[in-house]
Amino acid sequence: MTGEAGTYLYVVARDSGAPSPDGLTGVAGTPVRAVARAGLVAYVSTVPLSQFGEEPLQRSMEDLDWLDETARAHHHVVEAVASAVPAVPVRLVTVYSGDEQVAGLLEDRHDAFRQALERITGRQEWGVKVYADPAEQAEPAAAQDRAGAATGPGAAYLRKRQAGLRSREEAWRRASVRAEQVHERLASVAVAGRRHRAQDPQLSGRKEWMVLNGAYLVDEERHAEFVRAVDELRREGGELELTGPWAPYSFATLDEAGEP
Amino acid sequence: MTYEEPRGALLAEEGRLPAERVALVDLLDRLLAGGVVVSGDLVLSIADIDLVRISIHALITSIRDDE
Repeated sequence: MTGEAGTYLYVVARDSGAPSPDGLTGVAGTPVRAVARAGLVAYVSTVPLSQFGEEPLQRSMEDLDWLDETARAHHHVVEAVASAVPAVPVRLVTVYSGDEQVAGLLEDRHDAFRQALERITGRQEWGVKVYADPAEQAEPAAAQDRAGAATGPGAAYLRKRQAGLRSREEAWRRASVRAEQVHERLASVAVAGRRHRAQDPQLSGRKEWMVLNGAYLVDEERHAEFVRAVDELRREGGELELTGPWAPYSFATLDEAGEP
Repeated sequence: MTYEEPRGALLAEEGRLPAERVALVDLLDRLLAGGVVVSGDLVLSIADIDLVRISIHALITSIRDDE
């Protein structure tokens, strides 16, 4: 099979109690299989390297429709497993040369996978985004115009422009401070918090500033408390968007061997 | 996709959001900057992909962390 097909890896779980992959479809319409080793199970599918080789993939990745389809197919497999048992998702497009190499990974990184699974067991990831409207945030800069010594339309224009820039900077600064407060408050209810980069307005389709794109790993028993915190923060002002629960994508990490 | 309060609580009771209703951009945040990064006998990982088209390159790098 080498040179023609690869083994695409989606997600890893503990072997006991893990759902059957039968009937599950992965990327490029390929059927999902399970590779078990060392008490762990990896969900994989065989993908043609004509699509998932380095060169074809460079082209495919630049096709937003392909990326959409592939991301959703990957997510579908992760969800099927993660909604049933604790599961560690793998980054999009991770392709091994064959099943034996995946089994080798489960064996070699067994302890790291077990630790990663323990970290996320009984917990869910939630996303919270905070938007700020630049127009609402900016305060009138009229006060700064009053004491202006220079006269003439040119000087007035420059003063106005500078004041406008200052107020925009000030608005941004305040929105950032607010984002930090929201993040800290939510992280205090969560086991862990992480800030993703703000989404590109082209992708989010929103003109407001995204000042926080947070992900929070929350104990299931503290879920109600977390939702209450989101609600309180929302009442304090600013637009908060809650998404989830997600499989613990943002908190799936393997500690390096040797590290505590 | 905005979920007002009891919606958030309701969702958790009802279960997860159907895959087709998840916003692609939220998904890409997680799939391109999250998920475990593994090594070994890889044919390919997304880190190997050298994106040429500027718009998508900018898009992907806007999501990825500096790793």
